[in-house]
Amino acid sequence: MIEILQLSKAYAGSGTQAVSDFNLSVPEGEFLVLIGPSGSGKTTTLNMVNRLVEPDGGEIRIQGRNVLDSDPVMLRRNIGYVFQEAGLFPHMTVAENIAVTPNLLGWDQARIRTRVHQLLDMVQLEEAAFANRLPVELSGGQRQRVALARALAARPPVLLLDEPFGALDPVTREAVAADVRRIHQRLGLTTLMVTHDMTEALLMADRIAVMRDGRLIQVGTPHELAASPADDFVTQLIENPRRRAHALAEMLNA
Amino acid sequence: MNDSVREAWGLLPDYLGQHVILSVSALLLGVAVSLPLGIAASRSRRFGTPLLAAVSVVQTIPGLALLALFYPLLLALSVLTQDLFGFSIRALGFLPALLALTLYAMLPILRNVVTALAGLDPAILMAAKGVGMTPRQSLFKVELPLAAPLVLAGIRTATVWVVGITTLSTPIGQTSLGNYIFTGLQIENWVFVLFGCVAAAALALVLDLLLAVAGSGLAMRSRGRLIAAGLGLVAVIAAALAPELAHPRPAHQGIVIGAKNFGEQYILSQLMASRLRQAGFSVSEKSDLGSTIAFRALTAGDIDAYVDYSGTLWGNILHRTDMPGRQAMLDQLAAALKKDHGIVSLGSLGFENAYIFAMRRDRAEALHIKSLADLAAHPDLRIGGDFEIFSRPEWRAVAAAYGLGAMKRRQYQPDFLYRAVMSGDADVVSAFSSDGRIARYGLVILEDPKAALPPYDAMLLVGPAHAQDAKFIAALKPLIGSISLTLMQQANLRVDRDQDKQTPAATAAWMDQRLPH
Repeated sequence: MIEILQLSKAYAGSGTQAVSDFNLSVPEGEFLVLIGPSGSGKTTTLNMVNRLVEPDGGEIRIQGRNVLDSDPVMLRRNIGYVFQEAGLFPHMTVAENIAVTPNLLGWDQARIRTRVHQLLDMVQLEEAAFANRLPVELSGGQRQRVALARALAARPPVLLLDEPFGALDPVTREAVAADVRRIHQRLGLTTLMVTHDMTEALLMADRIAVMRDGRLIQVGTPHELAASPADDFVTQLIENPRRRAHALAEMLNA
Repeated sequence: MNDSVREAWGLLPDYLGQHVILSVSALLLGVAVSLPLGIAASRSRRFGTPLLAAVSVVQTIPGLALLALFYPLLLALSVLTQDLFGFSIRALGFLPALLALTLYAMLPILRNVVTALAGLDPAILMAAKGVGMTPRQSLFKVELPLAAPLVLAGIRTATVWVVGITTLSTPIGQTSLGNYIFTGLQIENWVFVLFGCVAAAALALVLDLLLAVAGSGLAMRSRGRLIAAGLGLVAVIAAALAPELAHPRPAHQGIVIGAKNFGEQYILSQLMASRLRQAGFSVSEKSDLGSTIAFRALTAGDIDAYVDYSGTLWGNILHRTDMPGRQAMLDQLAAALKKDHGIVSLGSLGFENAYIFAMRRDRAEALHIKSLADLAAHPDLRIGGDFEIFSRPEWRAVAAAYGLGAMKRRQYQPDFLYRAVMSGDADVVSAFSSDGRIARYGLVILEDPKAALPPYDAMLLVGPAHAQDAKFIAALKPLIGSISLTLMQQANLRVDRDQDKQTPAATAAWMDQRLPH
């Protein structure tokens, strides 16, 4: 369970308020998608959850505990994070990348080996073929799967994903998205994902939080958003994929 | 195999060993200093920008000058530590060379560390933070491993530079492969010069190759290559040090005889060394010292004895320009050196190595030039000198006395002066009266009717440490007053001539038999 209360952040220099007056509660095991156009503050919000960005004000509680009271390093070891374009360490093999956080936590090597084996299995990469490859030897989709495995390695209760499919081609994108959703269902982790693609949000989210200009506009299930959009902006966001799907269907059926 | 090659081979273990110790120490020190500085510089622009600028400026100082600059610096430091703590550091030899070479090693390493760290993908750094690494873990587990190939490339550049520049540490009294080059250049022994160059180049290439293997080991994550490179480096260093370790030189309780950087000095230092050995002293030599460095080294105790010339000391050390006459000059010098520096002059060896000016006989006759005074009528003549003459008081005195200030000047390595005058590149050259080649090339010595040039009696100087050492003085005393100008000219010619060239050591032995014991 993640509770965000009165969260705000302004970037020094630019003078603009990146996030303001942000309140949101994410129940245990929910898959919540943060959506909004570029510059809407969604990645800043995500990064404040594990303190890659320090908030100016407000609170973030994970399982009742304010993250601002915990040691940021230990906090990050207990939160899985999948970066845009993977962020794998190029000098480490797949297995070494996955083992990073368990190693930082001081797990014994046998336990780490077992865990790496489990995770490669979970993200459907064959251990014999992939464990000793370097990131440059992987395709984009494979890299994102390894990044997911790395994020999950230390069994964190919370998973953060920052536009994890942004760099993938549409076919791979769909396959990796399906994997993420499947793994979420299996592990039941509380998950926050940032995207600007509404189709992706609609297909993956339990609930969607729409942001614009650093503010939260509306939170709801895909159905709620579709049924009663808070304003024209949300309406447009929802209508866009529907209109495109419609146009496609007409064109292909013609 | 000819004598020069045999002698060069014989010297290789010593020269190579010392070269490797110095180069490798400077590189290790350079890496040890540059890595943390580079990391700090990449973290803070305010620290990094001035640091890189300063190190770049150091790089523009010519190697020889940088090495020479450390000597007075350490000398001052040595006086300071003597006053404060009662011990003095050695201002000559290993220490100044090490410090100067370390500075040289720093730029390529520092620059590559900063470039490598600054060039890392910010997304990777964010990921390191995001998975829960502390700044320290991020540095050691992610940033430095990723920077390693570029840092290693910097170390390779530094290695090649340092191994090369180490040859320049010879003139400040540190033995290196440069001894071949400096000695060879002075006595026109091209086998020596070539030997020194090839040995230094080979050493640089081998070290570079091994580091390249280490680099590919890093890139390919091949432990085998890394181990092979490591073993190779250890083997090269061990092989270079083996002779030193097998026959450790007596912990320098022994006598050090100094020599400036020309043939006569090599011969005389060998001669003095052999006399002292015969008297039971353990002796080593420090050759190729710059002219004033030799005197400072004697006052500082870095060398114990050497031969200098009265006119040189008169101008350079006493800063006198008056000409009191030969014997008065010797007496006043002896008194002043004793009083100001605790140095004892045992007296003149018996010959003079004076600055003179000489011309090719045919040219002098054609222009009707017999003396320096006749030169004033030919302002278009070119005069060649060694590196110091034109900035010495002797030249100012001569130029003023005979009105030669407007003559076109050229400077040459002393041994090339003779080639220059013979080929016509220079019309008049400065030369030394004890040089056997003046007679051999049939040069005419220009007269000095106004006695503008001072006398240059060869004086045997003993440093403060042995000023009262009767046994030491007794071993050298028989040389005083016993070396005639003719004998010295013959000895110098044996070393300088092109055919049947003798080594300074062999020539010293040849002289030893002809001198009283």
